[in-house]
Amino acid sequence: MSELTLLLIRLAFLALLWFFVIAAVGVIRTDLFGSRTTTAAPARKAPKPVKPAAKPKKGEPRQMVVIGGPLEGTTITLSETPITIGRANDATLVVSDDYASSRHARLFPQDGQWIVEDLGSTNGTYLDRSKVTRPTPVPLGVPIRIGKTVIELRK
Amino acid sequence: MSTPSVEPVPLPAKRRLAQLAMLAFAVVIVMFAYANVGLAIDKQIPSGMLTYGLSLGGFMLAAYLVLAKFAPWADPLILPLVTLVNGLGLVMIYRLEQSKAFGASANTQLLWTAVGVVLFSVTLIVLRDHRALQRLTYTAGAIGLLLLISPLLPFIGKNINGARIWIEIPGVGQLQPAEFAKLALIVFFAGYLVAKRDVLALAGRRLLFIDLPRARDLGPILIVWGFSLGVLILQKDLGSSLLIFGTFIAMLYIATQRTSWVLIGILLFVGGAILAGMVFEHVHARFEVYLNPEDPELFQKVGGSEQLMQGLFAMATGGILGTGLGQGHPKQIPLAISDFIFPATGEELGLTGLMALLMVYALIVQRGLRTSIAARDPFSKLLAGGLSFILAWQVFIIVGGVTNLIPLTGLVTPFMSQGGSALLANWILIALLVRMSDAARKPPPQAIQDEGMTQVFQR
Repeated sequence: MSELTLLLIRLAFLALLWFFVIAAVGVIRTDLFGSRTTTAAPARKAPKPVKPAAKPKKGEPRQMVVIGGPLEGTTITLSETPITIGRANDATLVVSDDYASSRHARLFPQDGQWIVEDLGSTNGTYLDRSKVTRPTPVPLGVPIRIGKTVIELRK
Repeated sequence: MSTPSVEPVPLPAKRRLAQLAMLAFAVVIVMFAYANVGLAIDKQIPSGMLTYGLSLGGFMLAAYLVLAKFAPWADPLILPLVTLVNGLGLVMIYRLEQSKAFGASANTQLLWTAVGVVLFSVTLIVLRDHRALQRLTYTAGAIGLLLLISPLLPFIGKNINGARIWIEIPGVGQLQPAEFAKLALIVFFAGYLVAKRDVLALAGRRLLFIDLPRARDLGPILIVWGFSLGVLILQKDLGSSLLIFGTFIAMLYIATQRTSWVLIGILLFVGGAILAGMVFEHVHARFEVYLNPEDPELFQKVGGSEQLMQGLFAMATGGILGTGLGQGHPKQIPLAISDFIFPATGEELGLTGLMALLMVYALIVQRGLRTSIAARDPFSKLLAGGLSFILAWQVFIIVGGVTNLIPLTGLVTPFMSQGGSALLANWILIALLVRMSDAARKPPPQAIQDEGMTQVFQR
């Protein structure tokens, strides 16, 4: 085995080692740059059935109605001020519910739409069936679940 | 965001295929290294290359299948990275065996690897939900303590190479219980800190620029400190002592986000180490070697600086590109199979190879910390953080030791050094990380079944 061959093998081996490291970084690229899979994922999961009620209607919501839970029937008229929901006394809608956090979620208007935002609650806020992970627009008639309480926006 | 459709939660991909490909890649690299050693030493491809490579590949495939079945959402990188480090360790041990280095046996290490994979699988299969460990907080603490002091017990405890860290199990051989103790202790620390972190994080007052905890909350840190000093003094095991205390400090910091704990910890440890250096001969000798390794008198002395210097010479010989596998003289380094496998590798792979190796370690740790960030409950966060930290900390202590950055302490390089206990314990550690990354990456329970009504759990 000549010196040259051994030298080449040596260099090839080191190159291979680094190639492995780079390949490994490539696998976790998504973690580092938060990349394409996020844009690809919704396309793949497009067939997920969306409730017919989720279709937007013309006009802006005027009131927020509690349609489930202990406070069922409560109505809050929507103005331009944000609405907070939680167990804390200063919340707009005070729920007494073991499954709700003291500052659970917030609803605020933006460009004619109402946006729901989870405020780091323990048990999460659900818009229709999916967990609210970032501020999400709320269509009319789609239930928002906070603990045992269900609310929806109506005209 | 103009269409008011309901945003689906983006799911992390399973990346099973990527994992399999990386796993195959790792095995190929290891086989290539093996062939390289044979070509350099015997001028031919070693006859055992296929059996050796295939058995390693077989073990890893088995581990992969268990992982795919029992932890399908687990991180795709952890297993391939560990495979590569373990495989390179095997190649180095094979290579040292070829040059008749004392105690090197590639077959034994391959066998331990197999046992390690079995333990990995058993951990994954038995432990379906790692949060079960939280209920065992104090049990784990007791087991950890017991394992740690077991070498001090008469009859089963053994003193090898000046450190009393071994126990002899008749019929099985020797074990280093401290390796397993550290896992149990991390479980204990995680469970304990979850319960107590509020008081440790919040109570206290501000002095100058730092939040000081209350004096009475210093209890836990003082106990662990005294405990690690006990290990240092009674078992003469610098490495485990530093490892346990450092990990506790790091976990305390993760739990409380309070810098003052780290400062207190460093002060305590430095104080303890200086005190121990003045009082105890074996600690003092380590400091001497650390400060003046090139002193001829120390070099000649038995247990002096020869080992360290030979390691430094080896890495200097390796230079940037190394001498090539099988073409160095790692046999010159005493104990090149265990504590000093890193300089031995450095001689043959050079700085380029060592950096790649450290990158692989860094990636393993990164995956662990990433798991910790993604984990949903504080216990998992602390456990994953602690386990990844101890791996990083161990690599730092041993690599810092052999490069004379810090005083040398007898610790093994995770997954590379020859030795069953460390390998088995580290495979269990990896299984725990895999289990937690599975739980962290699994998509959260999506829908509440009943339309329009919230699901109510009966209590």
